[in-house]
Amino acid sequence: MKSEAFKNLLLETGDLYYFVIRFFKECFRPRYEFAELLRQCYLIGNKTLPLVGLTGFIMGLVITIQSHPSMEAFGAQSWLPSVVSVSLVREIVPVITALICAGKIGSSIGAELGSMAVTEQIDAMEVSGTNPFKYLVVTRVFAAVLMLPLLIVLSDTIALYGSFLGINMKQVVSFHLFTNQIFLKLSFGDLLPSLIKALFFGFAIGIIGCFKGFYTRNGTQGVGRAANSAVVLSTFAVFIIDLVAAQIADIFHII
Amino acid sequence: MSDSITYSKDPVISISNLKKSFGNNHVLNDFNLKLQQGENVVVLGKSGSGKSVLIKCIIGLLKPDSGSISVYGEEVPELSQEALDLMRVKVGFLFQGNALYDSMSVRENLEFPLRRHWNKQSKQTLNELVMEALEHVGLPHTVDMKPGELSGGMRKRIALARTLILKPSIILYDEPTTGLDPITAKEISNLLVQLQKEFNTSSILISHDMNCVKITANRIVLLIDGKCYAEGTYEELKKSNDIYIKQFFD
Repeated sequence: MKSEAFKNLLLETGDLYYFVIRFFKECFRPRYEFAELLRQCYLIGNKTLPLVGLTGFIMGLVITIQSHPSMEAFGAQSWLPSVVSVSLVREIVPVITALICAGKIGSSIGAELGSMAVTEQIDAMEVSGTNPFKYLVVTRVFAAVLMLPLLIVLSDTIALYGSFLGINMKQVVSFHLFTNQIFLKLSFGDLLPSLIKALFFGFAIGIIGCFKGFYTRNGTQGVGRAANSAVVLSTFAVFIIDLVAAQIADIFHII
Repeated sequence: MSDSITYSKDPVISISNLKKSFGNNHVLNDFNLKLQQGENVVVLGKSGSGKSVLIKCIIGLLKPDSGSISVYGEEVPELSQEALDLMRVKVGFLFQGNALYDSMSVRENLEFPLRRHWNKQSKQTLNELVMEALEHVGLPHTVDMKPGELSGGMRKRIALARTLILKPSIILYDEPTTGLDPITAKEISNLLVQLQKEFNTSSILISHDMNCVKITANRIVLLIDGKCYAEGTYEELKKSNDIYIKQFFD
């Protein structure tokens, strides 16, 4: 039984590898589905924004409120904006945003493509002379890759505003002083690694959601399983990418 | 349906010694079939006998293990993706579950194949083609509706309109009356015959709805154990004393 599960794991890994290779082959070949790409960018970006923004705001507020007593114990309240902003921009916001996207985008792509597969809509595209891989997979993966960095930048901004409100709950700090203190420590070098990381997060979330959805079998039960495993696998992938990115940043002294 | 039609000598689809297996399940085993221009052949068989597999092999959705499938003289399993896409403009396919795109309106569903093959058409021409296809199936008022808002019979008609919009010369129907009430099923069967005459199409129809078979078939092919067990007109097969054939007509 265990060897069967291990065999299935290896087979699925192989299939995912070929799926990724096919993605890179297809994305450079015409015909280019720009209209569908824009529609997917709108769906992924716009529909995830409220959730991502709200989460960013709460994270900024909570991290600031929780860090305040520790900083106060060392008499370093004035460092609070700098410390919180660096941790938010470098790590917390990108990872939390990616996890939310893994849940929202990963599951919706997995379920949508899964239901299309079991109701023969993907076959219908193929018999109408359309390449379903290009129309459904390439557009969604590209949209996720393009939208994740944007969502992270927006979420960073909202999180920093949340942090500003959090500081002002305990003391009075003007917005001007707050931004000055942030940019005393925070530089473009802090934002860049998180944006590069975001591209990989977007790719992993998009490709895993599409992979699970595209090969869905066994009716509605299969659709549920595809959506569920898309979320689990892409969440896991986000942590792995984060770990690898931290190691690479450490090796090249970007931290 | 009347079978007093004269057909051209060259078949539009020619299948010989077709084999297709899934593991140890030999679904098609040396299956042979010829479809003439203007002819409507019904493939009759029990559920799971490989009828859908047969037409999916013809359209290139499944690759046969061996044998030959020739459409207008071209070997389907050997076609490149580009050639296969061009062949699929000439061969329409009506899915059993309709396979309408849920996220698109009826107009977008019908425009979808048009935009891919005739992308240089103006918006007005596309609209005219969409409305013309919808008028053929008697549903022009549904143009801005979503598939979810339509009844089963209407969805089948829209799927038929989408199949017809590229004006294919061959149509493959996968159980076109499944899941419909007897009255709607009869309407759809009559519509298939009417459209076939209007567009002069040839078709292979998969079904086990005997009313639909009676209305639509010029010739019936009985698929049993992966082989062409018997063939003939509806009346010929109905008179047969063979136990396997009789069970379809009783």
